[in-house]
Amino acid sequence: MFQRLSDPMRKTVSFRFEGREIEAREGDSVAAALLAAGVDSLKDAPVSGAARGPYCMMGVCFECLVEIDGAGHQQACLAPVRAGMDVRRQPAARDVGAAVEGDGR
Amino acid sequence: MASDFIIIGGGLVGSALSHGLLKAGATVTILDEGDLAFRASRGNFGLVWVQSKGDGMAEYAQWSRQSSDLWVEFAQALGEESGINVGHHRPGGLELCLEPEEYEAYETSIKRMHNQGGVGDNDRRMISGDEVRAMEPNVGPEVIGASFCPHDGIVNPLLTLRALHRIAAERGVDYRADHRVERIHTDGGGFRVVTRRGTFSAAKVILAAGNGSAALGADVGLTIPVGPERGHIIVTERTRPLFNHVLGQVRQTDEGTVMLGATKESVGFDTGFNPAMIQKIASNAVRKIPALKGLRMIRSWSALRIMSPDGFPVYQESDEHPGAYSISCHSGVTLAAAHAMALAPKLLEPGFNAHFAAFSPRRFDVPKTE
Amino acid sequence: MSTEIDVVVIGTGPAGMAAASAAAGAGASVAVLDEQSEPGGQIYRAVESVERRRPADLSFLGEAYAHGAKVAGAFRAVRTDYRPGATVWHIGARSKGGRRDVVLSRSGVAETLSARHVVIATGALERPVPIPGWTLPGVMTVGAVQSALKSSGIYPSGRLVLAGSGPLMLQLAAQLIAAHVAIAAIVDTTPPGGLARAFFHLPQALIGGETLLKGLKLRRTVLRSGVPIHAGASHLAAHGEGRLSSLSFTSAGVDYHLDADVVALHEGVIPNTQLSRLVNAEHRWDDVQRCFHPVTDQWGETSEPGIYVAGDGGGIAGALAAERSGRITGLAIARRLGLLADSARDLVAEEQRLRRFVDGAIRGFLDRYYPAPDWIGQVADDVVLCRCEEVTAGRLREAMAHGCSGPNQAKAFLRCGMGPCQGRMCANSVTEVMAAQSGSVPDEVGSFRIRPPAKPVTLAEVASLDVG
Repeated sequence: MFQRLSDPMRKTVSFRFEGREIEAREGDSVAAALLAAGVDSLKDAPVSGAARGPYCMMGVCFECLVEIDGAGHQQACLAPVRAGMDVRRQPAARDVGAAVEGDGR
Repeated sequence: MASDFIIIGGGLVGSALSHGLLKAGATVTILDEGDLAFRASRGNFGLVWVQSKGDGMAEYAQWSRQSSDLWVEFAQALGEESGINVGHHRPGGLELCLEPEEYEAYETSIKRMHNQGGVGDNDRRMISGDEVRAMEPNVGPEVIGASFCPHDGIVNPLLTLRALHRIAAERGVDYRADHRVERIHTDGGGFRVVTRRGTFSAAKVILAAGNGSAALGADVGLTIPVGPERGHIIVTERTRPLFNHVLGQVRQTDEGTVMLGATKESVGFDTGFNPAMIQKIASNAVRKIPALKGLRMIRSWSALRIMSPDGFPVYQESDEHPGAYSISCHSGVTLAAAHAMALAPKLLEPGFNAHFAAFSPRRFDVPKTE
Repeated sequence: MSTEIDVVVIGTGPAGMAAASAAAGAGASVAVLDEQSEPGGQIYRAVESVERRRPADLSFLGEAYAHGAKVAGAFRAVRTDYRPGATVWHIGARSKGGRRDVVLSRSGVAETLSARHVVIATGALERPVPIPGWTLPGVMTVGAVQSALKSSGIYPSGRLVLAGSGPLMLQLAAQLIAAHVAIAAIVDTTPPGGLARAFFHLPQALIGGETLLKGLKLRRTVLRSGVPIHAGASHLAAHGEGRLSSLSFTSAGVDYHLDADVVALHEGVIPNTQLSRLVNAEHRWDDVQRCFHPVTDQWGETSEPGIYVAGDGGGIAGALAAERSGRITGLAIARRLGLLADSARDLVAEEQRLRRFVDGAIRGFLDRYYPAPDWIGQVADDVVLCRCEEVTAGRLREAMAHGCSGPNQAKAFLRCGMGPCQGRMCANSVTEVMAAQSGSVPDEVGSFRIRPPAKPVTLAEVASLDVG
């Protein structure tokens, strides 16, 4: 539930979040842009999978973790928006490599 | 009230021994250190590892194998009694090779062990890079081969310790944290163990304090030739399951984090951080498993292995003061089952040194010249 | 192979900028590292961007904030090796030659600097406020709302409740009111009787008269705004399914349950000790501010030779005091490098100390008027302490009953502090709960041992480190 102060001077920047087009402003952090777009939760808690959203907006809480252009564990509150970014929520466990069925852990 | 046994050290070795002694009907007091002790039990991979153990001592190859087999029963019993699932699996283990020298070294080791007799090579065999990748889709193209052993597995060492402690508490073990032992007095027939916070007496005493045992050995006529060998570990963030088997240096936990090792340094009792070691671990890991590249290292630490000169365990009863024992090894996880189920009962019988002759520190004595 | 430099300054808040300016101004070679893309730290976050792109916003962000532009300007005017977007993840032991390695990552590549002196100026963070439901999306800190306002010009538009106690909350309220942002309610947890508590510190506070007046002005703005204020509030709890929907609390003996879309919590700020702990500097618990801070001498040097802490990271005293503290440290380092005579250093340092005294004079008053919360040690069993690993206070107490005797054992027993935030969100609460439960003092309980990496870095970055 965030909105923008009216800001005619700032350039618009578009990126995608979970496939959805988001309109941001130059200089926004990814977290701020997503909050302004009505997105509450950026990641799932690692143990329970519960939805988590930004808490500190200064890079110490790690609740704003997202995947940007294929790279996971990015702190959205520290990442400036760039045109054409592909941003996705971070799942409880990182999604790297090939899936296996076995029991090596 | 005096216990039958005082065990100095409440880590995996001390707790496993205590567990076995309890089962045999003995009463036990465990004296443990505080929040900032060395604690090898906290700094390891949790591998229940058989392959490569005992190249040079057939008895150790057999002991490791026996323990791995006993672990199945041990894990179940711990689970039933403590309510804690210690996460023991035995899917088989792989040691990956990036360089021909590594591959050849493993191959040669297997041949040597095969010729040792007893359990021989414990069914360890070499496989090609393509075979590895067929077994493990996340192994990368730089891996040229690996050694595989079906008897290798893993367990959660912290949960194991917790289960052992919980059972101990419920069965009346007198567990004392923050009781660093300063001296052991031998008063004809028994032992008086002095700590900063009180003195404890028992008929028998076991030194199972890892790298802390050597200093106390002199008090009871025991020479304990073990010393610290540093290893660094990296732990990553959680990721989805990546492996079908257990990899020796890339070990995924049941939480999904990945632990990476393994380095060796001789730096005394220093658990500082060496960036060069961390760089080496990370570099090897991403060469072996390219999918790890983008994972974040969340934690790292170094811990001290308890190393004897040949890397094999040291078990002994004091000749000078019978009833004092020292039990030291660097494989406290692998050997926990054997320690609890096969070694502990022997602490209640005579002839300990004869039974465990192969593990006596006498093997390090320089032979007398004629 | 590492780049050799006289001084590495970590953090470009007021203390870092001032330290860098002072040392570089005296002729030292200074590398300045900060995670963000422009200087300012938190208190002056995005001040250059705001000045350049959204100058109209300065009208509600306030004079204090606008001062940051001057500090940033002075910083830019001095020659330093300024590297924005850099994350420090290791500070090494001191070599025989008196140098330390500082390992950083920037754009996915790791690099080592070799420094004679390191200034940790990473400031403060909001004291984590473990109320029930604090992990629900929509629950944030006052600092977070303020950050979003500063760096991106966004504000909470639904039902916003400010809940907590402290000058920063007052400042945010005044900023929002000036920007015509609706605040549904202020739930003030400041215990009643503030003036009585802080009375003996009033004379000293009057020395910092200007600040006191500014504070009174802010207070008047908020009181006159018509925003409902619930004073002396306690027993806060956030509720909702999947995200925040309401906040409950007790005030003046009445139970309330307010609908809320965003709750901004605040219970003061505490030093960010991640790097000072990483280097094993000695820390001490401050009973008034209820937090650990590194022990430093008059120049800001910690118990680790060559490592200094400047600004709020050494103890909360506010932005202006931070600036002075940075300057004092920068001068001290210049003296150590032989670039300044004792007399030159001392003259300026004296002046800075005096100003710092004036700027910080109000601190005693503020710390007692807005006391640190005393309830964290007693939070209910089902409250989450460690957000990353979802460890509750109850599980921590249970582990203590089973022999877990300190925060580092808690880590091993429960994974508390082992997640990506590396204990930043739970260390303070864990110490409070363990101290309360065991009846010992926080100095005895201690805190998590912090090891590298100081912030999570990718394995590829680590593998890329040149260790030759």
